[in-house]
Amino acid sequence: MSGSLVQHALLLSVALFTLGALGVFMRRNVITIFMCIELMLNAVNLAFVAFSRSLGTFDGQVLVFFVMTVAAAEAAVGLAIVIALHRHRDTLDIDSFNLLKW
Amino acid sequence: MSPLIQDLIEKAVVVLVVFGGLLGVFSLCTLIERRVLAFMQFRLGPNRTGPQGLFQPVADGIKLFFKEEFIPAGANKLLFVLAPAVAVVTAFMSTAIVSYGGALTVPALSFLPEWLQGRVIELQIADLDVGILYLFALSSLGVYGVVMAGWASNNKYALVGGLRSSAQMFSYELALGLSWVPVILVTNSFRLPEIVAGQAGWFWNWNCFALFPAFLVYVVAGTAEANRTPFDLPEAETELVAGFHTEYSSMKFALLQMAEYVNMITISALGANMFLGGANTGLPFLPPTAAFGLVGFLAFAAKVAGFLFFFFWLRGTLPRFRYDQLMHFGWKVLVPVAACFILVVAGVVAALA
Amino acid sequence: MIESVLFYTFAALALVSAVVVIAQKSPFYSAFGLIVVLCSLSGIFAVLGSPFIAVIQLVVYAGAIMVLFLFVLMLLNVQRETDDVGGSAPLRLAAAALASAFAAQVAAVIARARIVSGPEQYEASTRKVAELLFSPAFLYVFEATSILILAALVGAIVLAKRDL
Repeated sequence: MSGSLVQHALLLSVALFTLGALGVFMRRNVITIFMCIELMLNAVNLAFVAFSRSLGTFDGQVLVFFVMTVAAAEAAVGLAIVIALHRHRDTLDIDSFNLLKW
Repeated sequence: MSPLIQDLIEKAVVVLVVFGGLLGVFSLCTLIERRVLAFMQFRLGPNRTGPQGLFQPVADGIKLFFKEEFIPAGANKLLFVLAPAVAVVTAFMSTAIVSYGGALTVPALSFLPEWLQGRVIELQIADLDVGILYLFALSSLGVYGVVMAGWASNNKYALVGGLRSSAQMFSYELALGLSWVPVILVTNSFRLPEIVAGQAGWFWNWNCFALFPAFLVYVVAGTAEANRTPFDLPEAETELVAGFHTEYSSMKFALLQMAEYVNMITISALGANMFLGGANTGLPFLPPTAAFGLVGFLAFAAKVAGFLFFFFWLRGTLPRFRYDQLMHFGWKVLVPVAACFILVVAGVVAALA
Repeated sequence: MIESVLFYTFAALALVSAVVVIAQKSPFYSAFGLIVVLCSLSGIFAVLGSPFIAVIQLVVYAGAIMVLFLFVLMLLNVQRETDDVGGSAPLRLAAAALASAFAAQVAAVIARARIVSGPEQYEASTRKVAELLFSPAFLYVFEATSILILAALVGAIVLAKRDL
């Protein structure tokens, strides 16, 4: 395999991360923002796997494994919070959850 | 001819035969299921089309072909059309990992080309290192077909069906996956051929005896994964009209049905491989490689047929669960039982190692 | 050769669907776009010699997390809820400019870095990953994540249940 493939994987990871970050800033639906965060996590996973491939070790794979476990836990709690929020405000617009805003 | 070309030809033939075979078994299943149900309810069932109604699947197919393709107003067209495709593709992709009864040996007949004589053909499309994890991944993707169908139909019955099925398959997949872990612990491998090879010898070596609780969990969770009675809540025709495929007609409906039956066949084949010894006959003097490997294939086919009949039998016998009972049963009975049994098996394996 | 073809196909698919995720009005389309991104990333992982991570990606992300997202979307029935792009136009422009600046910066670093291609034979098989995962280096972290999962389980139930 050529080194450029690893390099292009890293570039793809940057592009996906940027798109995810852009989504977090531009969208207002809580669930969409949440999905953009998942997109960013996945971009990082791709970088881990690419570096792992480049270095010839397996540590990156294990880190991806941990990222996925944390993402699963985060999704479970986060979606529970979304359901609770929707119950209180009857909307998913992030701008309406401003009770703790100063 | 180079070995690569030979391998490619062999694999292509195996893929085509498996695909055709699955389609054949699917169409036979639709007929046999109706005949078995009819027999259990003192009816005749479809017996007019051809001998014993054998051409009924063909007639059904022709009928479905010529029905009008119908997309309800307000439905999400793209997802509505995509849903049956997703369901069928994931269902067929997951069959790639299943071992269909050991290996066949081509007899050394003189009219066959040189490289084919005595060649051992594995009856499996892909023997991956990740093994049954691949099947787990694809069966979890299969949910999307149902969810998309339910949501895209713009119909409240379909939506409830899709909602139910996403929660149900999600929950029972967990129990299904946990029921595989003892087998993997005992065999020390994810590959199906090695799992089958680990059950050679007398039939009491089969995993279903030593790992009986896991087998039980597998059968129950597998029934739920295949959306069969008593776990057919996503369709539940008495409550939800037809659940997630209420709005589907014609070939799209046929594809959804096909995906369900192929899933059921996969669950049966996997159960036969993991718990019932797969190609092993259970008699050490009758190895699966006997008679060019046909013995192994027949033993495997008989086990799959047994599983399928069991599913039909369940449908003829049991009433449907209520939805809250279903979730309680999955999370509070099956998952704890499977998890505790993993602890027991892991302890025994560690103690014996 | 075949690796490159697969890689660039999956990469293009991932990029296009990532744009769908952030550009679509309906959160449902975003969710399906994200599913495609996850599946194509799984393909890229397989091309990069990590079959175990590729399968786990499908099981955990595509099979579990995204089903959960879709379940919540259907439960709350946000079918046609409009999701306009937030903020004022200058703010959006600023966000886009900052994001592209960030991307350009990191991409420039990657493009200039000397990235070794790694060993010719590389296959992170299940057994190798598992041996590292259960080695003393990661074992305690692994146990800690199991407690994290348990905490998340309890937390999710407490948050979502109306009355305990």
